[in-house]
Amino acid sequence: MTATQWQPSELQRTRDAYRRSRARRSWLIALLSSAVFVGALVLSVGTSPGWPRVRESFFDLSLGWQDLPGLLRALWINVQIMLITEVFVLVFAAIIAVVRTLQGPVFFPLRFVAAAYVDIFRGLPLLLVLYLVGLGLPALRLHGAPDSPFVLGVIALTLTYTAYVAEVFRAGIESVHPSQRAAARSLGLTHGQTMRHVVFPQAVRRVLPPLLNDFVSLQKDTSLVSVLGIIDIVLTAENYQSQDFKFVHYVMAGLIFVVMTVPLTRLTDWVARRQGWQGSGGGVV
Amino acid sequence: MTANLSKSIEPMVRANGVHKNFGALTVLKGIDLTVQRGEVMCLVGPSGSGKTTFLRCINHLERVNAGRLYVDGVLVGYEERGNKLHELHPREAAKQRRDIGMVFQHFNLFPHMTALENITEAPIRVKKQPKDKAVANAKRLLDQVGLGEKAKAYPAQLSGGQQQRIAIARALAMDPKLMLFDEPTSALDPELVGEVLDVMKELARGGMTMVVVTHEMGFAREVADQLVFMDDGAVVEMGAPPDVLNSPRELRTKAFLSKVL
Repeated sequence: MTATQWQPSELQRTRDAYRRSRARRSWLIALLSSAVFVGALVLSVGTSPGWPRVRESFFDLSLGWQDLPGLLRALWINVQIMLITEVFVLVFAAIIAVVRTLQGPVFFPLRFVAAAYVDIFRGLPLLLVLYLVGLGLPALRLHGAPDSPFVLGVIALTLTYTAYVAEVFRAGIESVHPSQRAAARSLGLTHGQTMRHVVFPQAVRRVLPPLLNDFVSLQKDTSLVSVLGIIDIVLTAENYQSQDFKFVHYVMAGLIFVVMTVPLTRLTDWVARRQGWQGSGGGVV
Repeated sequence: MTANLSKSIEPMVRANGVHKNFGALTVLKGIDLTVQRGEVMCLVGPSGSGKTTFLRCINHLERVNAGRLYVDGVLVGYEERGNKLHELHPREAAKQRRDIGMVFQHFNLFPHMTALENITEAPIRVKKQPKDKAVANAKRLLDQVGLGEKAKAYPAQLSGGQQQRIAIARALAMDPKLMLFDEPTSALDPELVGEVLDVMKELARGGMTMVVVTHEMGFAREVADQLVFMDDGAVVEMGAPPDVLNSPRELRTKAFLSKVL
């Protein structure tokens, strides 16, 4: 380049220096306040009368470390339940969301059933659903009804999470502007084709972040199936706990869940950010 | 009158006393007009005068409440049995729409599809065209609107003028006998209006029957065979563009034109 290189003016240089000094100052303040905060926390917890016993019971990580192979083996059950449930939830939730958007008096019973289902299962605590399905369904002694706790656990989780995810899908469907429908219909697409090829793909893209959020939640809630007697990670930790009465086994199980959910959480963030440029609203952001 | 005979002499659009109301609000108060084959009609008028609603009625995106509306000799959205009108099954209504192309003020391209996919969607799904044929046709249309190199672009990556030209190509892909334009340039930056109007002029020269709601008086003067001035849900005045624009007979037309010309 032959043109003269841009040089910051004297004024600009003093401005930059001032900004740098302000930035250094912010760093120092943040560091200082963090030190005070952590210090206060350690001091108050560490000097509490019960701390030595709590530390021994909950945070003896050298003991907890030995749990790792057993806990990870048991985790496989949770992962299986999660993956199978997710597939069912996606399919059923999509169906219920579409049913709820059907128009016309003929579909009233379908709409009503779908709405009632969502209202009920969104309101029922998951633990109760697990009891109702896990203990109530086998008690009916219906011919051919499943009696494996694994299957029953998946059914209970699916019932609850389908209700949540159906609402997420419905919100997505309703967020697609009516003009998109008008455009599709003006081309001769039927209502079904418009839903399937124009509205639904846009809706799913929009609701991906809240959808993944629900799956993070599902991932944790698989631990509740232990109430049906499935030897999952939580029940395994409980077994360890009953041997030496130390709670570090639960802490280990908790850490494993955190480590497992973090990637999914980050994926959620990444997907949300990525939507910025591929925006489904048609605008360039 | 036999069906064949009636069809050959029927105008492309014939409206007889078309009424439309949304609840208590009456938007169209008896529209009478005809659009001949190969003719370009421009609808002008202040906002809220019912131009867009009338356009949507032609495509049965809105239901006509009273009066008759025929496209190519066929009643739109209804079936006449005996002396009674029966509303068409949605599937039949969809069938009627496939021969009528529509271009919207805000383009309404499908944002999750590329330009090419936007154009091939309806031919593949509705006309069941084989994919390679639909793609070849879409590429020809993209060339026709001057966007041959934008086949793989998403709507969000295109300017307003380019998006609207894609939208025109999308409508043309269904090989329509009638094109409806709903203020196709109103959402565009001034310097992008020309490229869209050029495509529309080219279409008109090719003999396409067009009904255009517009505020572009220059376009109306140059291209339209008929200019219709609407106000308050009724046709106030219509005629050849130079007559209406240069020597309007009605007071309301004069008042409107004095503001836009």
